Amino acid sequence: MSDTLFVSVSGQVGSFPVAAEFTAGGGVTALFGESGAGKTTLLKMIAGVTRPKQGRITIRDHVLFDSANGINLPPEQRRIGYVFQDARLFPHLSVKTNLTYARWAGRRSEGLPYDRVVALLGLEHLQQRSPTTLSGGERQRVAIGRALLSNPSLLLMDEPLSSLDHNRRQEILPFLETLRDETGLPILYVSHEIDEVARLADEIVLLQAGRVTASGPAETIFSRLGSHDDAGALVSGTVTASDDAFGLTSIDIGGHPFQIAKLGFADGTKLRLRIRARDVSIARALPEAISIRNILPARIVFITTNDGPDCDLTLDIGGQTISARLTRKSASELALKQGDTVFALVKAASVDRGVLRG
Amino acid sequence: MLGEAEWAIVLLSLRVALVAILVALPFAFIIAWILARYSFWGKSLLQAVITMPLVIPPVVTGYLLLVWFGARGTIGGFLNDIFGLTFAFRWTGAALAAGVMAFPLLVRPMRLSIESLDRGLEEAARSLGAGRVVVFFTVTLPLLLPGILAGAVLGFAKALGEFGATITFVSNIPGETQTMSLAIYSLLQSPNGDIAALRLILVSVVISIVAVVASEWLQRRLSGGRS
Repeated sequence: MSDTLFVSVSGQVGSFPVAAEFTAGGGVTALFGESGAGKTTLLKMIAGVTRPKQGRITIRDHVLFDSANGINLPPEQRRIGYVFQDARLFPHLSVKTNLTYARWAGRRSEGLPYDRVVALLGLEHLQQRSPTTLSGGERQRVAIGRALLSNPSLLLMDEPLSSLDHNRRQEILPFLETLRDETGLPILYVSHEIDEVARLADEIVLLQAGRVTASGPAETIFSRLGSHDDAGALVSGTVTASDDAFGLTSIDIGGHPFQIAKLGFADGTKLRLRIRARDVSIARALPEAISIRNILPARIVFITTNDGPDCDLTLDIGGQTISARLTRKSASELALKQGDTVFALVKAASVDRGVLRG
Repeated sequence: MLGEAEWAIVLLSLRVALVAILVALPFAFIIAWILARYSFWGKSLLQAVITMPLVIPPVVTGYLLLVWFGARGTIGGFLNDIFGLTFAFRWTGAALAAGVMAFPLLVRPMRLSIESLDRGLEEAARSLGAGRVVVFFTVTLPLLLPGILAGAVLGFAKALGEFGATITFVSNIPGETQTMSLAIYSLLQSPNGDIAALRLILVSVVISIVAVVASEWLQRRLSGGRS
């Protein structure tokens, strides 16, 4: 994937230093980090709201900011759609005039057709309403539509779901997935919610204390994310069969069959699954008469060792990486070491239902 | 109910107050904007100067206006020479006095509404391709209208009732500077003026109530059920 966005900036916001460099391709790039890691500051620098002390920001060949050459485009000339945490709809305008704001006030006439955006986000019945009467989820959808209709070359989303409760999030996530799959618009998505990142991100940029600590494809970076209990990996697969009688879906992962609770996707659908390290067990020999449905031959790539009660294994399964968390004692009793071939056991019921297409 | 002379007084008062507010409003808005959006050296001094007419005796304000804007005053002489604009003992002087006295009341509500405006909305508008000026007229100003209106009505009421500074600066000349308040004062001084004074008092009360009710209604409409 070719790089669309290039960011290399340093600066100070209050007493908080930011020095970050990363690139992002098409699709969704998640900017992931604890609150206070500088995610929003970076977005503001890209949008032109905050001026970095120095650095360079470009989209394809278009220079937005370049301290060396004294270039600093104002926000209205950057063609960057910005979806804020708090939707920021204009309260004195109707939903429809909000959606078309970029067209009548920003003179942006090209881009996605109005009707298509309205249909994509399910806004048909909201158009004549006042933003003040909308629910949080509806407001956020209108904000996304408004940004899309400004014909942006990049969409920034600053924790667009963080002000919503669980049900509202579930209501909006499918819209975001459709957006990603249908518009092809590069999206920089800020979040500290591991589930959102797992579902949406193609690439991940990890941010810590204003610095980029890792970046790359979601599958590679994902195993490093999350709190201790939440650590896990993303694997890609293809739906091969559905078992209606038992309510199971079979997925092919790197040549190995894998079963999880039924998803209702058609055969051939490409999926990504998030498998938590604590849901993976290890066996030296192929176990028999066992309830666990997914038993995959795996090679131990790496074992983390420390003084704690747990140890983490990085496993290779047909070219894909998953992690497993065992007690240090088990690892020792099984005499596990790097390069060993073992069996990874994953309960079908433990895999997240929040599976993603893509 | 009102005689011709009384109508003339009411119309003069309305003209003085309206002109005062219309001229003062843009200046008051700029001052309110500066006080709300910028911090600079001497800000508290500017704030104090703006508040002055509210706290010093109106007679003193009238006297200062006489000194500065009188026919031979520093500013008054200059304005007379350059623009042919005379304030001394003219209705324009009454409007100036009313405008100066109402100024702090215009600034305060506007400043509050500018300060409480969510600047994130302006950021959002700019990300949608609108430049500063367009954002001001499509987002900022419409959202500030209720605050501007509140200031204008408060200022109008003050300008309509202004007495001390007016009588000191431009005196009490029937047909030229005698507004309702001055006329009521004169009538109360004369032996048979009670009834005429009562009529003017009623009119001024009605105008004030109508202005306040109208502004409440307009504010509700402008804010479209918000807040």
